[in-house]
Amino acid sequence: MVTQVTSFSRNGLSDWLIQRVSSLIMLAYFLFIGFQIANGIDYTSWRALHDTTAMKVFTLLAIGAYVSHAWIGLWTVFTDYLTEYMLGSIGNVVRPVLQIAVVLTLVVYAIWVIQVIWG
Amino acid sequence: MLQVSVYRFNPETDSAPQMQDYNVDTGGKDLMVLDVLEMIKADYDASVTYRRSCREGVCGSDGLNMNGKNGLACITPLSQAVKNNKLVIRPLPGLPVVRDLVVDMSLFYAQYEKIEPYLQNNTPAPAIERLQTPEDRAKLDGLYECILCACCSTSCPSFWWNPDRFVGPAGLLQAYRFLADSRDQATDERLAKLDDPFSVFRCHGIQNCVNVCPKGLNPTRAIGHIRTMLLNRAA
Ligand code: SF4
Ligand code: SF4
Ligand code: FES
Repeated sequence: MVTQVTSFSRNGLSDWLIQRVSSLIMLAYFLFIGFQIANGIDYTSWRALHDTTAMKVFTLLAIGAYVSHAWIGLWTVFTDYLTEYMLGSIGNVVRPVLQIAVVLTLVVYAIWVIQVIWG
Repeated sequence: MLQVSVYRFNPETDSAPQMQDYNVDTGGKDLMVLDVLEMIKADYDASVTYRRSCREGVCGSDGLNMNGKNGLACITPLSQAVKNNKLVIRPLPGLPVVRDLVVDMSLFYAQYEKIEPYLQNNTPAPAIERLQTPEDRAKLDGLYECILCACCSTSCPSFWWNPDRFVGPAGLLQAYRFLADSRDQATDERLAKLDDPFSVFRCHGIQNCVNVCPKGLNPTRAIGHIRTMLLNRAA
């Protein structure tokens, strides 16, 4: 059965708000990075930029936004299409398996980013 | 001759639904789709089954899918529905078919029931009636006119995928009708029941509902108002 237990915040309004705020954070981050690249970067300036605390916080914020945004979005897609209602009882196997795969991927991404920033 | 193709299914005798074709002589008149169905039933095939009652867009019982678009057969003229002299008539999508063009509306009504579509006010009733200012009354315009034909909810993909959890445009329009009513006192309880990830938030603003409502109502706007009320309540 599809329940809301696996949703991000278990509350429709919070999920909806987080989805919007996280998209703004990601947009700001990508615009900023795009702007840096457009202005020309080399290893030293790129390294110096990412060594600042402000940039580390910004990157962490962006990966946090990415993880929550991806989870809320995919959770919605999965609970629309990969359900018992759509696929028969196999839906109740396919959905949790894919959900676990997505969670694992997102956690790995997050750890990887932290590793890169502080590595 | 108008080529009409009608969805036929009798669960007692058929293993699968099929389309049946009829050539109907409309006499060149711009009839309503319901008139054509009545002609088929009278002159060609008495077993064709559909719901109808008022034949003037009031009762909401003949919601059908005509050439891919939901609407009331009784107020949809052929000039609007027919393309290339062809008319394909199917039941409302997404609901179980009882027979031919008749669908089982239980899921749709269950969602309507969920939003408690009646005035809730625990103060003692005044001698005559609960009064409203003309301004407060005007807030119900565009909401109370709904005839529960289900054209909107059965055109909404979110309702197709989650008919048991997503209230759907018709139910949400009525939810807002009571949220917006100055005489109703259960606003907070009503909002609390809509706060989960499915009831309201499965609406993705696709606006199919607005596109088909035969009464010209706008469920998407009502859903937006509910969202704003939920936000203000949380803030
Ligand atoms: S909102 Fe319009 S389409 Fe939906 S049930 Fe009411 S009258 Fe029918
Ligand atoms: S606007 Fe919302 S309720 Fe209307 S059809 Fe789209 S998803 Fe469904
Ligand atoms: S028959 Fe009543 S609305 Fe069409």
